[in-house]
Amino acid sequence: MTLTTFKTAVCGLALLAAPLAASAEDLVVNGEIEMITEAEPAAHLDGALPTVRSGWTFRSSETQQLQMDDFENPAMIDVDNGMAAWNAAEGAEGKSCADCHGAMDESMEMVRATYPKWNEEAGEVRNIQMQIDDCRVNQMGAEPYGVDSRPMLAMEAAISSVGRGQVVDVAVDGPAAETWEMGKELYYTRFGQLELSCASCHELNYDNYIRADHLSQGQINGFPTYRLKNARLNGTHSRFRGCIRDTRAETFSVGSPEFVALELYVASRGNGLTVEGPAVRN
Amino acid sequence: MKRTIALAAGMAMGAGMALADMVAPADVTFGDYGDVEQSLTGVPGDPEAGREVMVSKSIGNCVSCHAAEDYADVPFHGEVGPALDGIGEYRTEAELRGILVNAKMTFPESVMPAFYKVEGFTRPGNAYTGKAAEGPLDPLLTAQQIEDVVAYLMTLTD
Ligand code: HEC
Ligand code: HEC
Ligand code: HEC
Repeated sequence: MTLTTFKTAVCGLALLAAPLAASAEDLVVNGEIEMITEAEPAAHLDGALPTVRSGWTFRSSETQQLQMDDFENPAMIDVDNGMAAWNAAEGAEGKSCADCHGAMDESMEMVRATYPKWNEEAGEVRNIQMQIDDCRVNQMGAEPYGVDSRPMLAMEAAISSVGRGQVVDVAVDGPAAETWEMGKELYYTRFGQLELSCASCHELNYDNYIRADHLSQGQINGFPTYRLKNARLNGTHSRFRGCIRDTRAETFSVGSPEFVALELYVASRGNGLTVEGPAVRN
Repeated sequence: MKRTIALAAGMAMGAGMALADMVAPADVTFGDYGDVEQSLTGVPGDPEAGREVMVSKSIGNCVSCHAAEDYADVPFHGEVGPALDGIGEYRTEAELRGILVNAKMTFPESVMPAFYKVEGFTRPGNAYTGKAAEGPLDPLLTAQQIEDVVAYLMTLTD
């Protein structure tokens, strides 16, 4: 190692440490849940990002405020609906989620921070929505909610809400590795007639404006997110679909294996941030 | 009757001429640095029309990535690409034409879309519908729109 590279390395480290300590904005929800909105990137990011930043840090202070107090967060109505559904018996078995899982804030506390996750029995990586509908169909004998449907997003928001403040830590190795690699490949593929990959916007250009939009890193720790633009909860896959559509490409469908893999990969880029869902975005 | 025939003949001739002079996307020849010497249409560009292409979201939408003083009246200039003030002074017409046709010939790995290219895409869509493209794609800009934008960019001098 020459002297110059050594210096750069030292400088790099110093620079990296400084903003984390000094400039990190504070997101504390309800005056008690302390969020990590800037984190050191995980090793599997291989230096792709100097700092991992929550989408919250890119939003205007008005939008940020809405997420700091559950009385102002418009998604909390859906969370209430999700909680009610948790306790309601449904389907041929006459069971509720609570009958098997007990109190949501205990049994589901770590779910949002660790999903998508390998399911040994099924032999596949599952996101939360797949698991919810699996329980509805196979445990309760009920109709599936369907990907990104309103009741599904309400349930997912409720499950996220009890995991707020937990540090995102999805596994990228072991049996999930193959799916993760597929997600990574998709992340760097330049889709459509505009030939843009997720990285074109969310890795190379975050913090820049593209027209009126302040580009974030496209993290998903805040999902499902309440968007002021359409005044409702939005699912991760619907967001992916919108972003790919905007490259003049043929998108994948919500719930597709491609989007599950992409979800795992994107979630892993946010390892080290805290669960914020349901977050508020514009 | 005679008149209509003459007119039709004239139209056919006009179309024929335009086609003869128009370089199709696949036939564009690039120089070593991604420049394109030959006009795509042989018809001089109209700078006013070029400005319109650049600032309209539904046409070139260059403003979403590039700012410039000259169109400061248009809101929301992006900052993904460099500001284009003075570009007419430090870039030649051929360089600008090349950047517009396919920026990746000048800047490998660029995030700037190729505006006069119709093949070689991954999962090309039917415009912004999210559905698969049906049949051959049109380039993002027509040959004449490219010439118009080049003409406009040449007027951006300090
Ligand atoms: C009859 C019992 C039963 C009912 C009712 C039930 N589940 Fe489950 N659930 C299970 C079992 C068993 C597992 C573990 C399954 C596995 O790992 O494949 C599980 C796993 C889960 C997980 C993953 C937990 C983790 O830590 O990885 C979630 C999330 C979940 N269920 C949500 C729900 C929701 C939401 C409902 C109601 C709509 C529900 N479940 C209803 C039995 C049930
Ligand atoms: C042309 C640029 C562009 C591309 C390409 C793009 N996005 Fe986005 N994306 C945006 C914009 C603009 C927003 C809204 C502002 C923001 O959060 O960045 C956004 C938002 C998001 C969000 C919401 C972030 C939050 O905090 O709520 C996610 C997640 C996301 N994008 C993921 C992706 C993924 C995955 C891909 C690749 C399949 C992708 N995007 C490709 C422009 C893009
Ligand atoms: C998605 C963003 C994006 C869009 C849309 C875009 N560009 Fe670019 N453009 C860039 C970037 C980034 C560069 C810098 C070159 C590179 O990639 O390194 C660039 C470079 C240029 C340059 C060369 C600048 C210089 O200093 O040499 C010109 C000229 C240009 N663009 C014109 C246009 C025009 C005209 C349009 C619309 C028809 C357009 N661009 C649309 C991103 C964009």
